[in-house]
Amino acid sequence: MTISPVFFYIFAGMATAFALITILKKSPAAAAFSLVMVFFSFAGIYAVLGAHLVSALQVIVYAGAIMVLFVFVIMLLNADSPSLDAARSPMWLRVLGLGTGAVLLCFFVWAFKNSAPLAATGNYSAQQVAQMGGNTRVLSRLLFSEWVYPFELTSALILAGIVGAVAIAKRKVPGDGGVS
Amino acid sequence: MNVPVVQPWVVLSFCSAIFFIGLAGVLIRRNILIIIMCIELMLNAVNLTLVTYSEMLNDLNGEMAVFFVIVVAAVESAIGLSLVIAVFRTLRTVDTDSIQSLRG
Repeated sequence: MTISPVFFYIFAGMATAFALITILKKSPAAAAFSLVMVFFSFAGIYAVLGAHLVSALQVIVYAGAIMVLFVFVIMLLNADSPSLDAARSPMWLRVLGLGTGAVLLCFFVWAFKNSAPLAATGNYSAQQVAQMGGNTRVLSRLLFSEWVYPFELTSALILAGIVGAVAIAKRKVPGDGGVS
Repeated sequence: MNVPVVQPWVVLSFCSAIFFIGLAGVLIRRNILIIIMCIELMLNAVNLTLVTYSEMLNDLNGEMAVFFVIVVAAVESAIGLSLVIAVFRTLRTVDTDSIQSLRG
C-alpha cells in the first residue's frame, strides 16, 4: 500500500484540528461548519487511499445531505445559544475522562504499531482494480452482484427511516406554539 | 527509488484519534445536536478504518461495508434530528441536563 505522505498529513492535520474545534466550540453552528471541514478532509484521505467512490459518497452524502440536515435543524430550532458544557462537569470527571481517552488512544496506537503485518489475501490490488476499469466500476459490479440483497434491504431501511422521521417530527404536540 | 510512504499503522492511529475525539465530545457536551455530530465523527473514523484495512488486504468488501455504513448513518441522523425536533417542541430545550422527565 503506497500512500503519499504530503497529502495524507495535510488532510489528517486538518481533520484532527477541525474535529477538536467541533467538540470544543460552544456554538452548534460553528461545530457544524467545522464538521463539514472534517468530512471534506476525510474525503481527501479516501482519495489518497484510492477509494474514489467512497470519497465521492463522503462529499455528497455527508458534507452535502447530512450536514444540510444539521444546519437546517440548527436554524429551525434557533438553538444557537452557546452553552458552557464542559465546564459543568466536576473537575475529577473531566480529568478522568481525558485521562481514560488518552490512555486508550496510546494503547490503540501501540497495538496498531506492534501488530504483525497482515497478509494481503484479497484479489483486488491497486493494479488489478485499475486493470478492471477503476475503483467505481469494480465496486458497482460488486454492489449489484454479490451485495445485491443487502442493497435491496437498504431501500427498505431508508423507506422506514423516511416514514419514521416524518411521523416523529410531524406529530402534534400539546402546548406547542404552532410550529406545524 | 526510495519514496517515503505513510505506514498503515499511522492511518489506523489517526482513525482511533478521531474516534476518541468523537467519544470525548459525546461525553463532555450537553447539546443533543453536538452529541449527534460527534456520533457522526465516530462513524467516520470507523469508515476510514474499514477503507484502510480494505486497501491493506486488497479486499474491496471493506469499501462495500463503508457504503452501507454511510447509508445507515444518513438514516440515523435523519431519525435522530427528528427526535431532537420532537424533544424541542415538547420541552423547549436541546440541553441534556434540562431533560430529566424520567428522573424519579
